[in-house]
This record gives sequence, C-alpha cells and structure tokens, in this order.
Amino acid sequence: MTTATPPMSPPLRPTLRQRAFSERTVRTLKRRRIVSGLMLAVLIGAAVLAVLPLIFIFGHLLTLGVSSLSWDFFTKMPKPVGETGGGLANAIVGTLILIGLASAVGLPVGVGAGLYLAERKGAKLANGVRFLSDVLNGLPSIVMGIFAWQFLVRPVGHFSALAGGVALGAMMIPMVARTTEEMVGIVPVSLREAALALGYSRWRTSLSVVLRTASAGIVTGALVAIARIAGETAPLLFTAFGNQFWSTSLKQPISALPLQVFSYAISPYDAWHSLAWAGALVLIALIFIISLVARFATRARFATGGGD
Amino acid sequence: MATERSNLQDDVSLMTRHAATIEAPPRMRVGSLDAYFGSVHAVKGVDMQIRDRQVTAIIGPSGCGKSTFLRCLNRMHETVPTARVEGEVELDGRDIYARGVNAIAVRKHIGMVFQRPTPFPTMSIRDNVAAGLRVIDGAKWSRAETDQIVERALTRAVLWNEVKDRLSTSAIGLSGGQQQRLCIARALATEPTVLLLDEPTASLDPISTQAVEELVYELRSDMTIVIVTHNMQQAARVSDSTAFFLNGELVEMSDTSAIFTTPRDDRTEAYITGRFG
Amino acid sequence: MTLPDGRAVVEAREGDGATLSIHGAAIGDRVYTGAITFFALCVPLLLLAIAWEIGVAGWPTLHKFGFGFLTSSDWDPVKGEFGAAPAIYGTIVSSIIALVLATPLAIGVSLFLSELAPRWLRQPVGFLVDLLAAIPSVVYGLWGIFVLLPVLRDPVMPFLRDTLHLDKTGLFTGPAYGPSMLAAGIILAIMVLPYIASVSREVLLAVPRSQREAALALGATRWEAIWGAVLPYARSGIVGGVILGLGRALGETMAVTMLIGNRPEIAASLFAPGYTMASLLANEFSEASSDAHLSALMAVAFVLFVITLIVNGIARWLVWQVSRNTSGRTA
Repeated sequence: MTTATPPMSPPLRPTLRQRAFSERTVRTLKRRRIVSGLMLAVLIGAAVLAVLPLIFIFGHLLTLGVSSLSWDFFTKMPKPVGETGGGLANAIVGTLILIGLASAVGLPVGVGAGLYLAERKGAKLANGVRFLSDVLNGLPSIVMGIFAWQFLVRPVGHFSALAGGVALGAMMIPMVARTTEEMVGIVPVSLREAALALGYSRWRTSLSVVLRTASAGIVTGALVAIARIAGETAPLLFTAFGNQFWSTSLKQPISALPLQVFSYAISPYDAWHSLAWAGALVLIALIFIISLVARFATRARFATGGGD
Repeated sequence: MATERSNLQDDVSLMTRHAATIEAPPRMRVGSLDAYFGSVHAVKGVDMQIRDRQVTAIIGPSGCGKSTFLRCLNRMHETVPTARVEGEVELDGRDIYARGVNAIAVRKHIGMVFQRPTPFPTMSIRDNVAAGLRVIDGAKWSRAETDQIVERALTRAVLWNEVKDRLSTSAIGLSGGQQQRLCIARALATEPTVLLLDEPTASLDPISTQAVEELVYELRSDMTIVIVTHNMQQAARVSDSTAFFLNGELVEMSDTSAIFTTPRDDRTEAYITGRFG
Repeated sequence: MTLPDGRAVVEAREGDGATLSIHGAAIGDRVYTGAITFFALCVPLLLLAIAWEIGVAGWPTLHKFGFGFLTSSDWDPVKGEFGAAPAIYGTIVSSIIALVLATPLAIGVSLFLSELAPRWLRQPVGFLVDLLAAIPSVVYGLWGIFVLLPVLRDPVMPFLRDTLHLDKTGLFTGPAYGPSMLAAGIILAIMVLPYIASVSREVLLAVPRSQREAALALGATRWEAIWGAVLPYARSGIVGGVILGLGRALGETMAVTMLIGNRPEIAASLFAPGYTMASLLANEFSEASSDAHLSALMAVAFVLFVITLIVNGIARWLVWQVSRNTSGRTA
C-alpha cells in the first residue's frame, strides 16, 4: 500500500500571502489540537460508558442474587404461590438435560459440516454452506423455537424436552461448524501428507490425525457454543415449555433456568423476584464456568509439529 | 589395520552389490512420466530405472520438478488439488497407475519422509512409530509384538537409545533431528519396499544431517532408497547413482561417481560446477 | 520382512495379486465424503425447512390479507383481524433506537482500543465489552425490569420531557410509565453493542499502520489521522458490523418482551408502550387458540425470518468484502 504524497514544490522566497497563510496555520493548528484532544477524551468517555452497563448488571446480579441464594435453591422444588422458600432444582437439572440434548444434535452435525468446509475450501458448495451458516447464526432464536414447535411439537400434540433440545442444537450447528473449519484449517498440510504417505486413507487421515490434532480447539469452540445456548429462552418457550414438577423425561415438558427466570421476573410476587435474581446468577455462573473451561482448553492447544 | 579391513569389506560388498544389480531387474521403472499442476507442466517425459538395494539421488535447482517427480513414485502427487499424472511407474513390474490400483495400497509399500519432520503431535513416540501398522489390512498385533516392531524400527533409525526411556511421551518434545529420525522409523516400521526421502535434511543442523546421512547409507543394505536433495555433496556422499533434473526434464542419470567426475551433458557439468542453480 | 514368529508384516509382495490391493479403503473414503457432505448440506436444508414450515403455516394469512398484512394496524384475534404493522413498526423503531445509541459507543470504544489504549488495557476492556454478549437475553430483561425501568420512570423520562423540553419533538411526550419503546431501545443498545464493537475493533486493527503514519507524517493531529485516514479505511467493515447488530436487534425477543409494554399500537412517543414481531410471538404464540390466529403468528414469524435473512446476508457480505480486500492488500 503506497500513499500518494503531493509532489514537493521547489523552495521559493515566502511571499506576503504565504506569510499570512502560515500565521493562519499556526492559529488553526492550535484549534486543531484542541479539537483533537476533545475528541480523544470523547473516545475515552465512550469506552467508559460501554463498560458501565456490564458493571451495573453484574453489581445487581451479585447483590440481589447472592442474597436470595440458599442451599434450598439447588435442592428444593418450586413452591406454589403463597408459600415461601423452595428452589429451582428441577430447572437446573432441566437446563443440563437440554444442554446435553443440544450437544448431541449440534456437535456431530456442526463438526461434520466444519470438516467439509475445511476440506473443500474453494468449492462452490462449501462457499454457499459457509455463507448460509453465517446467516443461520444470525437467525432470531424465537424463529428457531417456532420452527421446532411446528416440526416436533405440533405433530405430537404436546411440548417436550426433545423439541427444546433440537431447537438449541440447531442453533449450535453454525457456530460449531465455523470453529471446526477454522481449527482444522490451521493443522499443517504436512501432517495430512505424512499420514497419507503412510498409507492412511483419506477418512482415516481426517479423523485420526487431522481432527485429533485440532480437537483441543474444537472442544473450545463447542464449549463457547454451549455457553451461548445455555441462556437461551425464546427457543424454549414453545418447545421445552417449562414444568413446575420434577421431570427428566425427554418426551415431557421440562423446566429450564432461563424459562424460570422469565416467568418469575414477570410475576407479581416479591419472593419470586428474588428467586429470579438467584436463578439469573446461577445461570450466569454456569455460562462463566463453561467459558472458563473453554479458555483452559484453548491454552492446552497442541503445538504444531515441525517446529516453525 | 581396522580401517583397512573395513575398507576391504566395503569393496567386497560393493562388488557383490554391483553383481546383484547387473542381474536383478530394477525395483522401479518409470516410463515417459508427465506431471502437472493445473496447466503447469512440472515433470516432462521422464524415463528412469531405480535399482534395488541402492540409493538413487535426485539433484537439480529448486523448481526443477525433482520433488514432484518423487511424489509421483508413491502417488502422493495426486493428493494436491488440480494435480495430474500421465505415464507409467512400475513397482516390481506392476504399474502403480494402472486402472484399479489403489493409491493407498501403493503408499503402504513405498514409504516417504518429508522435508520437515512431521511427527503426529497428539501421539506418543511409540504411537508415532506404530501409526502405519494400524492401517495395514487384515493384520493385528498384540502389544508385545507392536513393541517389538517399534523397537526394531527405532533401532534401525538409530534413535532407540535416545528415546527408549520415554516412549510414551509426546513426540513434540524431541529435537528436530530426532523428529526426522522418528519419521524415518515410522516409515520403516511397515517394512516398505522402497523409501522416498524428500530433502530429509533440509531443515536440520549439520550434526543431525550427518546422523540421517549415515542412516541412509546403512539402510540401503536391505531396501531401495530414492533421495531428493539440493545438496550435491550429500548426493555424492550417500548415493550410488544420481539423476540430474532441469526444468522438469531428466537431463542425465548415471553412477554417482561418474556424474560428478565425467558428466556427459554440458548442463549437468554447469550445475555441478556451480555455474547456476 | 517377518516377525519373530514368522508372520509377515506386510502381505508379501511375491506374485502379483496381494501387493496392490484394489478394495477396502476406497469405500471408507466414499462413506466419509458422503457423511461430511450430508452434514454440510444440513445447513441449507435446515434453512429451507424453516422457511418451508413457517411459510406454509403462515400462507393462509398472507394469502387472505395480502400486502395489507404488513400495513394494517388492526390486530384483533377475537374478530379475526390481523395486521402486523404495529409489530413491524415497533421492531424497526426499537432497532433504530438501539443502533443510534450503540453505534457511536461501539465505534468509540473500538477506536479507544485500537488507537489510544495502552497495550495492558486493551485485553481487559475488550474482554469486558465482549462479556456483554455472553449475558443471556432473559437476564437483560430481568435487570431491565427491576433496575432500568425505575430509573427511566423517575429521573430520566421526566428530565427529558420537562427539563430538556424535548416533548416538543413529539418523541418524548406522555406519561412516564416505564415499559416503553425507549426502554426496549436502550436495552437493545446494550445488547448489540458488543457485536458492533467486536466487528469494528477487528476491522480497525486490520487497518495498516502505514495509513496512520502517512496521515501523521503529513502533519495531521491524532484525531485527524483517525477521522481522515483510519475511519474511511475501515468504513465498510464498520457498516457491516452495524448491520450485523441490526440483525440481532430485529430478532431479539426476551428482553424486549419484558420491557416494551406489549401494546399493539403505533404511537409517535417513545414513552408509549409498543410491540415488536418477536415479542408478539413470545406473548401470543402459546395462547393462540384459533387456526387463524396461529397462522397469523406464523406469518409474522415468516416476515421476521425474511427480514433478518436479508439483513444478515447484507452484513455478512459486507464484512466478507472487507476481509477479502484487507487480506489482499496486506498480502
């Protein structure tokens, strides 16, 4: 990248006009400096302002959430209106079941699609799939929920954990596919060739050498995707639906933390409001634990062979 | 005294080897081989005979098609997108490019070692060496048998003494030279007929280079070796016959001693005397 | 070569049958290629299935009301009248508020990180901004109900209306209930901020050093270098980021549903409650009793699907364009 510089004019004796110009230049330079300083201050202000909401949200979550947390929260079932106490044991278990279901759907498809994208780098179909998976990634989660309802709830006639898990899993596919593609892409070609030269078939090379080498990065990407869907509410409204009772059946409606936080938050009862805060705190904590594990997995990423 | 005797032995083995090669058919025979990358014609009409239990060196300036030629010998060339091969390559009289021949099966018989060491980073030293065994059809070895094969391969690659106490550690912990010898051991473990070496010492320090060269010299006693090198001294040190490539063509091939002392072609002479390349 | 027990390591090469076997691995490769191709095709198939399922279910409504479905503001499930205009209006207005508030902040924080911040500050501040994207929508809604709404109700809304006299604009009039288009817009702004910021930061960091240095060498102040050399270079990438943020804002459901007031009316004032397509779906979908109502909601979902599809497509295309250009230029 070269920048065009104005051609240098030959040195001349300064004329009157030029002298006046240079005085004006000094004056405007001062002004320009002040403007610059002001704008830089504005940028700093923007940075502070951008971080503030996060601090507020976390502050409230901690103060209001921790005070409502108790052992009962993790072990007890929700109490009916009017009775105090109770917990969200079923919602916590429900969220974990939904995460498991979503992973069972989203991980294989996502990793497979990612392998395809990495191995067919320039192909037309690969470019199309890559573009569409980015588009799918931006699809509103409520639309995914409605699709899952139409597809899995309406024909059966009742809400189910399975439908919720499928909706969440479908949301994971594009995220997992893109990280898999990226991680497989950074495995050196020389490793693939070394395996082929040993008489490995293509599928064996891909699975037992390339994918294995990229696995740490893919695990990280999968965990990030799980962290993102763990807090989703909208896709569950008409699929998993929520359940006041203990249920681990995949065919029955199931409770989930985000759903409980939602219904408690819009309820008129103070006791439920504090449960909502506690639920939100636990949900955030869950997401953070998953993200932290993901960071840890990244750190253990393989060192490439060949020693660059 | 001792050196005299070993010299004598060398001479004797050299003579017997020559006697053998005169009678035995070549291990590999290449007939009018052309290789392309897309529209680039990288190897042009090469004919060559590769003799058994010898080291054949391929030299030439960079970009002359010598690595591409080598990769045609075990059908690795076609793994690159847009790459194409025409012509014949025979291994023990069978064309490996004939219809119905499986490239993967070919590669199990013709081992290859690359310019940069390529140990599998997720595998231990032991698993690296045993990696090729896992894909041999219809063969299963017990752990003890595998250990035996691994030990023999590492011993032949002159690496056993350095790694025998840490076979289960990652191969990434080895030095560059050790990694390269590990890759040779990995290729030897499946007992290939032919071993192809693509500039195996290009990324190594002088001491590791010497270790690999000595190893190549040793290995010829029971296998066929083809080595691509940009280093003429290396070719002179380790090989029995040498082929000179230029612009994708095989300019000249003969006994190593002959090619470095009395080249027939002017271009060969220009190259080995350092006038270009 | 044979093992000590006499078994051959490689099926011997004598004769000609065994050496170059023809079968085996080729089938495995075909199965593997087929499997990954199938998984890759799941992505377009899923999109098609979504479009088909929702489109077919919404078709009766779209067919019956035609273009009027988008322009009519009568939404009365009991009478069977369905016009999505208030929801579409609310979706667009709340998203515009979000972008108006979030874009300058996001660009500001990205510029701060790429141009001003000392190295040790970059990582933590960038991390904090990214963290905003990790908070679930429902938690934003919870925080909005119990923290943002009271603050809006008491000092902020009266201040805008009475002290700044912004009621004359027509945008800030009426009673300050709290749940309103403004509240939804503000929470959306916080939610899309990290998306715009992360794309902007990436694009800004990709601006070659020479761009800045050339401007500074010509005597520009630091701000002038940013304004005149850095921003124009990164402009289309930032626009892509903003449109990506728009895509998020359009489809955001939970937080908006909890804060917007959920009233299907078009009001000029931002203090008035409103509705968005997503919140309409969240509120009424599980209660829809008649087929007509359900079909109308499906039609809303279809409209939302199409709009976000287009917006995301444009955003991705822009961002790709930029990344292709910059990688081409630096290479």
